Amino acid sequence: MQYEAPTNLAEVVALLASADGHGRVMAGGTDLLARFATGSHRPALLVDLKHVAELMEIEQRGDGGFTIGAAVCGAAISEHAGLCSAWPGVTEAMDLIGSVQIQGRASLGGNLCNASPAADSVPALIAAGATCRILGSQGERQVPVADVILSPGKTCLAGDEFVVSFYLPPRAPNSGDAYLRLIPRSEMDIAVAGAAVNLTLDDTGVVIAAAIALGAVSPVPLLVPRAAEVMLGCRLDEEVMRRFRSVVSASCRPINDKRGTIDYRNHVAGVLAVRAALIAARRAGQEDI
Amino acid sequence: MKQHICTHINGEATEFLCATEDTLLQVLRDNLRLTGTKEGCATGDCGACSVVLDNRLVCSCLVLAVEAQHSRIETVEGLADGDTLHPLQQAFLDHAALQCGICTPGFLVAAKALLDRNPSPSESEVRFWVAGNLCRCTGYDKIVRAILAAADTMRNTNSRTTDAGAQP
Repeated sequence: MQYEAPTNLAEVVALLASADGHGRVMAGGTDLLARFATGSHRPALLVDLKHVAELMEIEQRGDGGFTIGAAVCGAAISEHAGLCSAWPGVTEAMDLIGSVQIQGRASLGGNLCNASPAADSVPALIAAGATCRILGSQGERQVPVADVILSPGKTCLAGDEFVVSFYLPPRAPNSGDAYLRLIPRSEMDIAVAGAAVNLTLDDTGVVIAAAIALGAVSPVPLLVPRAAEVMLGCRLDEEVMRRFRSVVSASCRPINDKRGTIDYRNHVAGVLAVRAALIAARRAGQEDI
Repeated sequence: MKQHICTHINGEATEFLCATEDTLLQVLRDNLRLTGTKEGCATGDCGACSVVLDNRLVCSCLVLAVEAQHSRIETVEGLADGDTLHPLQQAFLDHAALQCGICTPGFLVAAKALLDRNPSPSESEVRFWVAGNLCRCTGYDKIVRAILAAADTMRNTNSRTTDAGAQP
C-alpha cells in the first residue's frame, strides 16, 4: 500500500486519477483502519486528506452559512461555538459518534462516505439541507447530502472523486434543529433508530419550513417530506404531533435484527422524531412547547 | 519500502522506520518497545491503546504510523516524573482502581487528557469521558473515584503552588 499525504486539492485529484480506481481517500480512518484490522483488502494507494487546508477548516461565509471541511474531526466541530450555536442538531449528531478517542479523528466526510444506514451525522445534515462539494478528475459538483448514499456502503462518488467540504445554508430567524437516536445504553453504540428535525417558525409559532430525516430505519438515511407537510402551516399542538408521529412511523422501512425488530424501530422512530421536533421548536424560540 | 518518520514522543525527538500498513500502536510496542500502550481490540472499541496525538486523545490502533510524521505523541510512559508517580497513577493504586491492569494505561492517558482540559470534572463528566475505555474487572466505580481523587489532589497542589508563588 502506497501512502500519500498531499497538501492541496490538485494533488489529491492527480493522485486519485493516477490510481486508476485503486486509490482510496482517508480522513480520520476510524472506519477504514478498523476494517483493515479485521482483514479487509488494503487499497494500492491510500490518500490521507488531513493535510489539505480546505478539508480541515470550518468557516462562516459572508451569507451566514458554514463551510465544514470533510476531514475536520468531531472534537473540532464540537469546539466551534458559532457552528454549535447555529446548527446544534448537526453538531450534536456528530458528537454522538463513538468515544472521545473516536471524536479526535472521525469526520463528517468519513461518516457520510462510509454510507452506513445508521450514520448519526447524516440525517442531521440531510434535515439541515446540507450540500457537499465533490471533486474529481472530471471536475467539481455540488450534491445534496440526501443524494450521496445509494445503498448500504455505496455512494454516488466515482472512484476518483472525494468530498471536499459540506455547506450548511444561512439560518432564517426562528430556526432550530435537533437529532436524537436510540441506543440500548448511554454511550458507544450504533443507532437502533435516529431522527433529525430542522424547523423554521413564524413569530406566532407556526411552522413555515420543516425537514425531517431518519437514520437506521431504511437501507439509506431517509428524508421524509410527508412528515414535514404535516407540520407546515401549523403550530405544534398535540393533534399535529400525533399525526406527525404516525406519518414518520409509516415511512420507515427497517430491517429486523438483534438491535431492534421492525415494529420496535417504526415505533421508536416516531417517538424520537416528535421529541426532536419539540427540541428544534424550542431552539427556534418557541419556549412554551 | 520502509517509511522514515520523525516524531516527538513524551517530549523526546524519536525517529522510526515503518511499513505503510503499520499502526501507530504496533510501532510504539514492537519497534520502540513502549509496551505500556496495550492492544485490546485493535478496532477502536476498547481504548486500551489510547495515546495523545497532537493534543487529541486517540486510539493508536486507528492511526497509521506514517500519519504520525512530525507529530507530538504522549504515551503512558510520559506520565511519571522519574520515580515519582503522576497523581493519577498514585490515585489508581490508592483506590485499587485496577485488577488485571490491561486497561489501566489507556484509562490513565484518557484521564490525563480530561484533567488537562477540565481540572474539576463532575462524576458524570468523568464517566462520559472514559466511555471509550473498557474495563472488564473493576466495574468502573473505583476508576471513576480514582480520577476524581486525582483531580482533587492536582487542584490542591496547583493552588498551594500558586499560593506559595504569591508570597513575598
